[in-house]
Amino acid sequence: MTGTAEPLLRIEGLRTVFRTHGGEIAAVDGVDLSVPRGRTLGIVGESGCGKSVLSLSVMRLVAHPGRVAAGRVLLEGRDLLQLSAAEMRDVRGSQVAMIFQEPMTSLNPVHTVGFQITEAMRAHDPRASRAELRDRAIEALKRVRIPAPERRFEEYPHLLSGGMRQRVMIAMALACRPKLLIADEPTTALDVTVQAQILDLLRDLQQETGMSIILITHDLGVVAEMADEVAVMYAGRVVERAAAGAVFDDPMHPYTLGLLGSVPRLDEERETLLAIEGSVPPPFALPRGCRFHPRCPFAVEDCKAEPPPLRAIAPGHEAACLRAPVERLAA
Amino acid sequence: MSAPLLEVTGLAKHYPVRKGLILAKQVGTVRAVDGVSFALARGETLALVGESGCGKSTTARLVLRLIEPSAGTIRFDGQDVTGLSGAAMRAMRRRMQIVFQDPYASLNPRLNVAETIAEPMLVHGIGDAASRRRRVEELLSLVGLRAFHAERFPHEFSGGQRQRIGIARALAVEPDLVVCDEPVSALDVSIQAQVVNLLKDLQRRLGLAYLFIAHDLAVVKHVADRIAVMYLGQIVETASKRDLFAAPRHPYTRALLAAIPHPDPQRRGRVKPLGGDVPSPMNPPPGCRFHTRCPFAQERCRQEAPELRTLADGHQAACHFAETLPPAGLDFSGGLSEAAAKRLALYAGARRRAA
Repeated sequence: MTGTAEPLLRIEGLRTVFRTHGGEIAAVDGVDLSVPRGRTLGIVGESGCGKSVLSLSVMRLVAHPGRVAAGRVLLEGRDLLQLSAAEMRDVRGSQVAMIFQEPMTSLNPVHTVGFQITEAMRAHDPRASRAELRDRAIEALKRVRIPAPERRFEEYPHLLSGGMRQRVMIAMALACRPKLLIADEPTTALDVTVQAQILDLLRDLQQETGMSIILITHDLGVVAEMADEVAVMYAGRVVERAAAGAVFDDPMHPYTLGLLGSVPRLDEERETLLAIEGSVPPPFALPRGCRFHPRCPFAVEDCKAEPPPLRAIAPGHEAACLRAPVERLAA
Repeated sequence: MSAPLLEVTGLAKHYPVRKGLILAKQVGTVRAVDGVSFALARGETLALVGESGCGKSTTARLVLRLIEPSAGTIRFDGQDVTGLSGAAMRAMRRRMQIVFQDPYASLNPRLNVAETIAEPMLVHGIGDAASRRRRVEELLSLVGLRAFHAERFPHEFSGGQRQRIGIARALAVEPDLVVCDEPVSALDVSIQAQVVNLLKDLQRRLGLAYLFIAHDLAVVKHVADRIAVMYLGQIVETASKRDLFAAPRHPYTRALLAAIPHPDPQRRGRVKPLGGDVPSPMNPPPGCRFHTRCPFAQERCRQEAPELRTLADGHQAACHFAETLPPAGLDFSGGLSEAAAKRLALYAGARRRAA
């Protein structure tokens, strides 16, 4: 990827498997990614592509029967996968934090907003006094532009709207000033006007704190709005990786093309959408070779043999496709 | 224009809010839908758009009388169906069907696909076992499924395929109107496109009218002929698709359009968020319901509720100042880059050859 400076996070050969009756299946299968400091990496893909399991693997929150089977997750050179459980607990919150899609279910309904924010702070700083924690929590609520933070501190989550709850989640995630925020579909459950507010907020907070963001989403509009670098995932693998501008203006992988063609656009009239034939294969029935080949209109025999590796097609632009760029084929 | 297929006037649904267990008192009213009027012609698509809680899905259910309206009339093909009961309403429902949002919850897991699709015909007493069987096969191929799918059960299908089954079921009784309640919002992008294409294709072939409920304006722009924008139980603007996107007249419509992120990084930062949240439909603000969030609100907006007024042919908006608002400043030009467009064309071409 671009940049010569050491990235904040580097993921190498990550493989996360789940044990099932039919044997082990890999939800994430050999992923290499890096996140530069102060920048946003957008991970795009449809359901089942492994993007959420990838982020849980970074946080080491993959639950049984899943486990990280191989790879390294290097945060400033330190492999998170080698840390003890206690060390990892320290990293969560203070170094890496996460927000989820469902602001409705991510908050505990029986505790006040204030209790939940201070809970995490207390874990990282057990000697802080109650008053001090309260001040810091209200400060955190102010940072995410919640009006009347003193009142919100005392309230229960059900009194808050979806957008406000997501702000509270962000306040909690950022309370200990992490270097990396993983946002897993942070606006998918929100209305479009509220989504715009939250994206705006995330961008402002990134400017203020210099944190890096991994933004996981299925929405190409959100990626275009937020990401500096983009990785497109399909069936557990990264199929294309480049700067955001290049992915949208010079898309290489047929899957990326299919996604771009599937989205109705406001700036274009099209009678039929391109759409992608078929559906994402389940992880227990992955096709051999390139996992996209059964849905790919450019597939040839070679695509069925070996999984194509990511290769540089243009400077800083990689795609895992034997046939890219596709105009070469027309000649 | 000939008589509309569906004509809705002053439709309302108010839910009482009670407090207390034994001596329950009514402490308020949720005005989920509050005086909605629109008409829909044969073969036309009218989209109802708005954010959660605006009453669009309630309106859809009211139209089919799946819930009873508190006020207003619904005329279907010239006949007032608001007071129709029992058998007469059932007969009418044969001509109006619905496709639901959630393809997982809207199919009975105990019925196989053939039974699911045949059920509406059974309910309406159409045909015999053999003719229903033939019709199921026709419908399966119509929605792009295979004959062998008939014996399978819903859990064996993906979300997109289930939505196809739901569509086939709706079409089984040859309706004139299909209410589509967020039919693609639970689906992945690539599958969404398949289902949108299918719905458009079916409309062309069967002359269906769609009442299309959605929150995604890009999808709406793709499928609708006319659009009605709802906010807090009321329609605030209605226009043809072209007019609505070219010259939105209501500040809320503009805010909605401005909030959509474009799949184009060069347009980054043009999204303009609207402040605040949607107020509770239990205590809608006095005057114009949008005034609490409207950047153009003035004293009059706080006092007096604006009527839905005709501003141009087929274009209505409920704003006191619709004529004097500054230009919307929305720019929907751009489109795909040359390289992307070329490759997409190759993709489409390669797929045509493969098919």
